[in-house]
Amino acid sequence: MPHYKPTSRRTFLQQTTLATFSGLLGTEIAFAEHIFEGWTPLALTDLGDPFSLKGKHKDLVVLNDKPINAEVPPHLLNDKITPTDKLFVRNNGIPPIEVDTKNWTLTIEGEAAKQKVVLTLADLKSKFKHYTYQLTLECGGNGRSEFNPPAKGNQWTTGAVGSPKWTGVKLKEVLEYVGINANAIYIGYYGKDTHLSGDPKKVVISRGVPINKALEEESLIAWAMNGEDLPLQNGYPLRLVFSDVPASTSGKWLYKIVVRDRVHDGPKMTGQSYRVPCEPVAAGSTVADEKMCIIEDMPVKSLITYPKTGAVITLGRTLDISGQAWAGKLAIKEMHCSIDYGATWQKCTLDAPANRYAWQHWSAKLSFPQKGYYEIWARATDGNSEMQPMVLPGWNPRGYLNNACHRIAVMVK
Amino acid sequence: MVILMLIAAIFWVFYTDTIAPHAQKLQIEKDQKLQEQKKTMEENPIKDGIHVATGFAEGEGLEMVIATCTACHSAKLVTQNRATRESWEQMIRWMQKTQNLWDLGEQEEIILDYLAKYYAPENTGRRKLLTDIEWYELEEED
Repeated sequence: MPHYKPTSRRTFLQQTTLATFSGLLGTEIAFAEHIFEGWTPLALTDLGDPFSLKGKHKDLVVLNDKPINAEVPPHLLNDKITPTDKLFVRNNGIPPIEVDTKNWTLTIEGEAAKQKVVLTLADLKSKFKHYTYQLTLECGGNGRSEFNPPAKGNQWTTGAVGSPKWTGVKLKEVLEYVGINANAIYIGYYGKDTHLSGDPKKVVISRGVPINKALEEESLIAWAMNGEDLPLQNGYPLRLVFSDVPASTSGKWLYKIVVRDRVHDGPKMTGQSYRVPCEPVAAGSTVADEKMCIIEDMPVKSLITYPKTGAVITLGRTLDISGQAWAGKLAIKEMHCSIDYGATWQKCTLDAPANRYAWQHWSAKLSFPQKGYYEIWARATDGNSEMQPMVLPGWNPRGYLNNACHRIAVMVK
Repeated sequence: MVILMLIAAIFWVFYTDTIAPHAQKLQIEKDQKLQEQKKTMEENPIKDGIHVATGFAEGEGLEMVIATCTACHSAKLVTQNRATRESWEQMIRWMQKTQNLWDLGEQEEIILDYLAKYYAPENTGRRKLLTDIEWYELEEED
């Protein structure tokens, strides 16, 4: 599996960039050995960031290259456990260029923390028990591209979701070690990404979760994905992992956690970010900030991951299809699919989750009555019997939480 | 003497057949790359109404939009979005309030005109049709 370990910027420049850069220009860069840290060859900015999506599958769809945001086409998500190269990338700022793991520390403090504690990566790994869980992460804006009227932001279709295995320590055990007061109601994170405007003092994003979510068994401070160090784009060397809430709460390049006596108020916690109208609104409505509520759980959802849309098959052939379904803490109770626009539904075979918050693999065998154009629709039902809608669910100004059923096209000849 | 001449001859054959053409090829490739890069820089072309380097639509205000919007973020963050003039204005206000965007002064009108014209929303209904399907023969699995 491709794996990326960041070196220092200087080493990187000497070993990789200059070689690549010289190759592109067809000439050597004079005095390469004297280039100081922080210096970037000017033309490099036009050629794109050399760090971009290294180690990721080549067929990821880049929605935005500054900051880097890339989603995964559904047919690449057929693995029961999402491989590292097939996990989406969602950045609000620029990932840290230099990662010094020896001196990397995590500080826990805040109004509702009993003390301020600073832990090195080695402390975290040696003082606390390690746990591994398969946890589904989904961006709150996954599905935004279908909103009408459109919602601003990266126009994710279906691919800002994945369910890899994460290894780390329980946030709960770290918070118990630090000690939290009875007035703790929220935690917030700070990461080492930098702001697009270049302002070094500006915090890119600092979100968090209610204390009850932070204290769940599966809430991790993780350093590994699928048994290897995190890729830089996914938070190397340390991040939070919370499932069933927008993935933006799972802070990357984590260096500080604050235990708050109030709802955390860092950038992208307030205003309209990661919030939906507290009361349902008509499509296109303007909603005042004080009428917007924080998204604190994710809806029931599923994907058809095999075959890829556009399959042409011959009449009489049985088509095997498969996919993934997830619903957070409730788990998926039933999975159905339809080849006639929801007029009739066929029950699918559904796997049990590996653990709570892991997505569930499903499969079915379909036969088609005659030649022609078909759409396969998939619909998951969660433990509370709540189902995915066939059309867009409640419109919201920023385009979050679209869990309308996934559809693929099939032609029978 | 004969041996020396023989070695020289062997080297000459080796040089003309192997090293020289290789070096020449490398030189040609290098020249081509430099030429291509120079061309891209100079032309900064527009193809089929699209500014190739950024993906922005050709139109009045294009240069100002490139200079303003891509100072911080990718052109893709604009081109993948659709909005009314009011919504584009709200985005500008949001960027000014939270993302360090400067006061655009008189340029704001030009930028808003451009965005509202070339990146206007279309009514896609409650659910879009599946479009841009790339059909392929699905192999039978064993």
